[in-house]
Amino acid sequence: MAIKKRDIVIAALVLFGCWEACALALHSMALPEPWRVLIQLWTYLRDGSLLNDMGMSFIRALLGISLALIAAVPLGLAIGTEAMLDRRLSPYIYLLYPIPHVVLLPLIIILFGIGELSKIVLIALIVFFQVLVTTRDAAKSIHRNYFLSMQTLGASKAQMYRHVVLPAALPKILTAMRISIGTAVAILFFVESFATTKGLGYIIMDSWGQADYERLYVGIVAMAALGFGLYMVLDRIERRVCRWLKTV
Amino acid sequence: MIALERVDLTFSHDGRTNAVLSDISFSIADGESCAIIGPSGCGKTSLLFLLAGILKPTRGAVQVSDRQHCGTMLQHFGLFPWKTVAANIGLGLQLKGVSRLQIGTRVVELMDEMGLNGFENYFPGQLSGGMQQRVAMARVLAVNPKILLMDEPLSALDALTRERLQNLILEIWSSKHLTTVLVTHSIEEAVFLGRTIIVLSNRPGRIVTIAENPGAGRPDYRQSTQFFQRCSQLRAILREECHGY
Repeated sequence: MAIKKRDIVIAALVLFGCWEACALALHSMALPEPWRVLIQLWTYLRDGSLLNDMGMSFIRALLGISLALIAAVPLGLAIGTEAMLDRRLSPYIYLLYPIPHVVLLPLIIILFGIGELSKIVLIALIVFFQVLVTTRDAAKSIHRNYFLSMQTLGASKAQMYRHVVLPAALPKILTAMRISIGTAVAILFFVESFATTKGLGYIIMDSWGQADYERLYVGIVAMAALGFGLYMVLDRIERRVCRWLKTV
Repeated sequence: MIALERVDLTFSHDGRTNAVLSDISFSIADGESCAIIGPSGCGKTSLLFLLAGILKPTRGAVQVSDRQHCGTMLQHFGLFPWKTVAANIGLGLQLKGVSRLQIGTRVVELMDEMGLNGFENYFPGQLSGGMQQRVAMARVLAVNPKILLMDEPLSALDALTRERLQNLILEIWSSKHLTTVLVTHSIEEAVFLGRTIIVLSNRPGRIVTIAENPGAGRPDYRQSTQFFQRCSQLRAILREECHGY
């Protein structure tokens, strides 16, 4: 179900209220009052620097997620549908999924350089496993009757994937994407902490180093806004492609 | 023409074999209707899948002329909840590569025939059981089948809707002269719709009897004494031969 604008505003106000209360109670530099942060945020928005950083982070997250989806969705659907592939490939997934992929950063830098590509690849690598596992499970749980039904209609394997496997798994793939957005935005903090002077992660790390806590929180608020924007886009896509979900 | 000659069906799983059907032989002439009845798990659905070509016999021969013109309706209708009514009905044609325009025309025709007008953009989940069954029927008929295979098509419906749709099946059978095979666990349904009734035993399913039922196919048959007698005879056979009835 779509989230109402009013509920979003209420949630934002409640969070800012809690933040204000904590800031007043702690009275610490490490937690500035929200209104001070909002003033700073307005300044950075007006001079365009924040939008530049948000844009850069947005592109990195989007490319990382897209790359992961392109690889994980077809593979997950195939593993979940073909028993032989599942038997052969699932052990690799179980062995590789629990590894904290962030530790592969040095290897990724050697393979893809220190520039943009290594940042995008790291995001993609982490998101890939989340989407892969969920998509595989979604495809595995499709009721046998749908396949039989397609068989009786004389469907080919490709038609089976197009008319049954993909649409049936789509709601869970979208859920995986929702989780991935959170992960991707969180990883931004890490990937933008090296070899860059652009992006929200950089703002946070740089401000932290300079003990500029108001700017640090500007980065955090902008990161939340970025994730929120991506969630809203995904909600809209889900409402469009999964209209049938409301009927079952 | 459908003909089965000494057919056995065995499933193997994890090194264990499980006999499902044993020594099945019968034939159904073109344009005839046949009901297959038996206790749960006796292999009725597997027998239908053999006819549809989804399963292959372990032994014996299954001959179905015009198998490419075979329409199969599965238990619980087999509709796709993510496709609209119109898309569900037109799916068989779409898979065969028929043009969009032709599909559209055929879908409109069938929706009209099945009393589904105005529901083309609904999803199956928004329809009653009876309407879902009509959509499933329309989808099967869309490809102009010569043979109609149905696996307990009405089992999920209430008594009244069930009777109404039994009449619809009868109407389709007589107007389109389709060879019809219906799997059911309802004695009344088998007697009302099957001019030949095949009774299967408990697993592994063997043929207990093949009963001729020439009265079937008339809409008023249900009210006749003959109908009640047939039902009683069939019930007695099932009670005697098959546990679980």
